[in-house]
Amino acid sequence: MSEQKLQSQTVQTTGHAWDGDLQEYNNPLPVWWVYTFYATFIFAIVYWTIYPSWPFGKGWIGGLSDITYVNSAGETKTHSWNTRALYLEDMNKAAVEQKPYFDKVTSMSYEQISRDPEVTAFILSSGKALFADNCAACHQSGGQGVVGFFPNLTDDDWLYGGSYEKIHQTLMDGRRGYMPSFSEVLSGGQIDQLANYVASLSGLEHDAAEAKAGDVLFHNETAACYYCHGVDAKGRKEIGAPNLTDGIWLWAGVAAAPSGEGKVAAIRTVIAGGLSKGVMPAWAGRLSPEQIKVLTVYVHDLGGGV
Amino acid sequence: MNFNFKHEWIETNIGLMAVLTMLAISVGGLVEIAPLFFIDKTIEKVEGVRPYTPLEQRGRDIYQREGCYLCHSQMIRPFRDEKLRYGHYSLAAESQYDHPFQWGSKRTGPDLARVGGKYSNEWQVQHLVAPRSMVPESVMPNYPWLLSTQLDISDTADRMKALRKVGVPYSLTQEEYKANVVKFGETVAPLLHIPDAQKNLLEQANFGNYDGDRSGVSEMDALVAYLQVLGTMVDFSKYDDDAFVNDR
Repeated sequence: MSEQKLQSQTVQTTGHAWDGDLQEYNNPLPVWWVYTFYATFIFAIVYWTIYPSWPFGKGWIGGLSDITYVNSAGETKTHSWNTRALYLEDMNKAAVEQKPYFDKVTSMSYEQISRDPEVTAFILSSGKALFADNCAACHQSGGQGVVGFFPNLTDDDWLYGGSYEKIHQTLMDGRRGYMPSFSEVLSGGQIDQLANYVASLSGLEHDAAEAKAGDVLFHNETAACYYCHGVDAKGRKEIGAPNLTDGIWLWAGVAAAPSGEGKVAAIRTVIAGGLSKGVMPAWAGRLSPEQIKVLTVYVHDLGGGV
Repeated sequence: MNFNFKHEWIETNIGLMAVLTMLAISVGGLVEIAPLFFIDKTIEKVEGVRPYTPLEQRGRDIYQREGCYLCHSQMIRPFRDEKLRYGHYSLAAESQYDHPFQWGSKRTGPDLARVGGKYSNEWQVQHLVAPRSMVPESVMPNYPWLLSTQLDISDTADRMKALRKVGVPYSLTQEEYKANVVKFGETVAPLLHIPDAQKNLLEQANFGNYDGDRSGVSEMDALVAYLQVLGTMVDFSKYDDDAFVNDR
């Protein structure tokens, strides 16, 4: 009882009393806390004057803080603070630092670039980031591709050509692969013969008699494979028809097939069913001309040729 | 008159306390959200943004059903690093016909605001069926049923009618159709006409052949059609890079 009395003497109460004797302590906030609280009011008012704050009519108060940037038309502009102007200022800063390099990339020929170690180093590092952001989802991070879907960029086998100019064209405009289905044009036996012939071209296990008949079909008007794949079956890069003699198989599951018969069957599947895949998106609208040139050199360096 | 305010009035009257509490917490919303409805520049004036076609809209429904938004945002912020990875920052105008919008802030996977046209249809299909066959380090779940499930198109028109109720300009009458011709042009307006919804959906699915299989319309067709249109409606090459600075 004496302890309670002591407390009621030293601690203030709010003065309310419920149910006769229920009281509530009144513990005032510490002084430092109260002044910090007032300080936040002052901070807010300062903040409002510097940065965009209150809505006003159909707009808002922009604040005193300005951002100066250069836009794509080359005009220098000043705008009250906002994240979009801040973003442009940030882009400008990076662009100025990268400009000497990108200027070189733009003005130099591919030949000159390949002989300039400084520009090559720039392309290797910036191209790596560009490749990872844009290309790696399909062609994989090392450029090795995915069998059955996306071509390997590290070997010297190029569907549409591995020269700088051809790689540039592929990046700009995209590509669209196509092979017609032969299941309705040819009999099952004829497709077997063709599959054996195609297997023979790269030295795979095959039936020699079938392959011989397939050779004829390949080169006459019945199947007319030579239209696209060429008389020597080495492909035609201008239309993206692959070389059938180099033992590289992108579409047919030859590598995965365990037996010789399985490999022929994998080739057969493609001849019978055709292909309407192998779509490469066009990048001209998404990346800048300099970025595409950087990627051209980067991809060429992965395994470019002619 | 002697007005002697007592805290006790509130503390002993739960009804009054509830009303005052509600008033206090709605101030935050009122000052931050309400002005956006009166500011002219909230939605940027930009060409090309249109409501989704029936197939894209159904794809969007599947996007929501599968909870894609739990891991993917659709909001590219105006930062240099985001521009370099994802493209031009998102505009409010670009999601003006989204109900609800898919901005989000959780990025377990990448932002998808401009994924349209970045990858081929084949990639999208294969990646949805088996993500790790395309991106070995991915943690995305497999969605193989999208390819084997036929899209339910019976309620397409009803879904568009519901969106029309919340302000998406799908046309139901000839007057609305004509208004859409003026607003979106002669090629887009027919796609937004509700009475033709099913026909338009089937035509787009057959023409686009998104899942690589022309027999029937799978849920994959719809989802890929939606993904391939994301962020592609505005042609930013028509605008200076600071065209939208004054809007903020």
